[in-house]
Amino acid sequence: MDITVITIFVLAIFVGFEIITKVPPTLHTPLMSGSNAISGIAIIGALLSTQIEGSMATWLGFVSVLFAMINVVGGFMVTDRMLKMFKKKK
Amino acid sequence: MDIYINIAYLIAAVCFIYGLKMLSHPRTARNGNLISSFGMLLAIVATVGLNGTEVNGVAIQLNWMLIGIALLLGTIIGAFFAIKVEMTQMPQLVAIFNGFGGAASALVACSEFLKISDGGSFTLIAISLSIIVGTLTFTGSFIAFGKLQGFISGQPITFTGQQILNALLALALVASTVMMVMGIESYTAFYVIIGLAALLGIFLVIPIGGADMPVVISLLNSYSGVAAAMTGFVLIGNNPGSAAGNALIICGSLVGASGIILTKIMCKGMNRSLANVIFGAVGGEVEGGGGSGKEVNIKSYSTEEAAMIFDAAEKIVIVPGYGLAVAQAQHGARELAEHLESMGKTVLYAIHPVAGRMPGHMNVLLAEANVPYEQLKDLDEINPEFEDCDVALVLGANDVVNPAARSDQSSPIYGMPILNVDKSRTVIINKRTMNAGFAGIQNELFGYDNSIMVFGDAKDMLTKLLSDIKEL
Repeated sequence: MDITVITIFVLAIFVGFEIITKVPPTLHTPLMSGSNAISGIAIIGALLSTQIEGSMATWLGFVSVLFAMINVVGGFMVTDRMLKMFKKKK
Repeated sequence: MDIYINIAYLIAAVCFIYGLKMLSHPRTARNGNLISSFGMLLAIVATVGLNGTEVNGVAIQLNWMLIGIALLLGTIIGAFFAIKVEMTQMPQLVAIFNGFGGAASALVACSEFLKISDGGSFTLIAISLSIIVGTLTFTGSFIAFGKLQGFISGQPITFTGQQILNALLALALVASTVMMVMGIESYTAFYVIIGLAALLGIFLVIPIGGADMPVVISLLNSYSGVAAAMTGFVLIGNNPGSAAGNALIICGSLVGASGIILTKIMCKGMNRSLANVIFGAVGGEVEGGGGSGKEVNIKSYSTEEAAMIFDAAEKIVIVPGYGLAVAQAQHGARELAEHLESMGKTVLYAIHPVAGRMPGHMNVLLAEANVPYEQLKDLDEINPEFEDCDVALVLGANDVVNPAARSDQSSPIYGMPILNVDKSRTVIINKRTMNAGFAGIQNELFGYDNSIMVFGDAKDMLTKLLSDIKEL
């Protein structure tokens, strides 16, 4: 099991380097806020953790869903707001 | 049921990769972002859809009310910040969001620790790493936010033994992790890890000066990805058969890679090593290096005189610095550029990698002022253009056009890649006063034979210059 997971990890890093090197400097700020939103993927772990019994664990789940959602919604929205300003010459 | 969920996570991962790929051109970038957000929606819906199904014989029972409230509240807060933020404040916003992302990953790892049944050492190490990286991202990001917003001094805050303290904190973290894995006082070790990681985040960012914040934000961006990937390992170790972990590992790695690439670009832009930025405690010191004592004889022109130079020019390169954005003069620059173009001249913008307060920041600020993206040129593209450039107009930039970086070995910015504005026929520099730049050093460019200073507030100067050109 462990080796499959590590394989995915290593290959994903390579994919990341390949595609992100191609992003032009002009778009580095949207890249950052957009990739930031993607790191909010922790939200799926957060959602699952709300089912854990015990008040402490439940509250941890609640707060992590909240934080991750702020990250996801805010990140994608602000990225869109920026990208829509990048216009071609009339 | 399980297989569909796995496929949904796979599609989500593909959406993220494809979305990032579409960021390689401004034309496709906006759709790319939409595709990424669709992937995220899919992942969330699929996860919520897991409710009531059995994974490895255990029924999943989600807490609807809590989830509903958290999702709604998160959406409102996230949307509020995204709509309200000003483009100059983008670094602060990204810092906060990074912090939330890191914290979310750490919290998931925490709750997985609390539910752990028979944790293998693989899972426990992953939990510890996830908590450490996530927590220090959280506290570090808030310190970075405080510095950018001006709540905390932008000067490096240092004290003796800082490096030793950080090393001790790191050692204590390793020791606590070992204790947790060995099962010695696991709970105590767990809380100690959280506390120490929080402190480490603060101590790592507090000695870094305001000028180095672009590097720090990029690095924290990378950390938030690493934290998500580590949490993925936790989920897989603790819930065999759950596919959520794979999704976290893939996405976390993408973000981690992205942050590292941006960090490298920022370091290169300042000719500093990452170690030097993190441990060097510079980027705020105001003390001229050797060679700065030289007298510079400057020529100061009025806007009328400058207008005549522009009138005769064919090719003009505008070099915006952060001072331009602070003065909110981007619009004035764009109006001037548009008028010059209508006179049949070529106008380009030269953007240094560290022109703003985060990677690509200046490009966003100019895009906000409706500057078409084709005119924004980065360092490698623009430097050959200065050779046949008639006028380079430097607005609020200083260190990034200082020729000392090329020639003066004693200069603190020696080796930093700069925009070679001095190669153009005439350099017109607008500054408010004769103060030194961020690095605190005098700029010999101002005394060059082909340099002309036009003093004044950038916004007023550009307005006057434009009307003077029109009157010619």
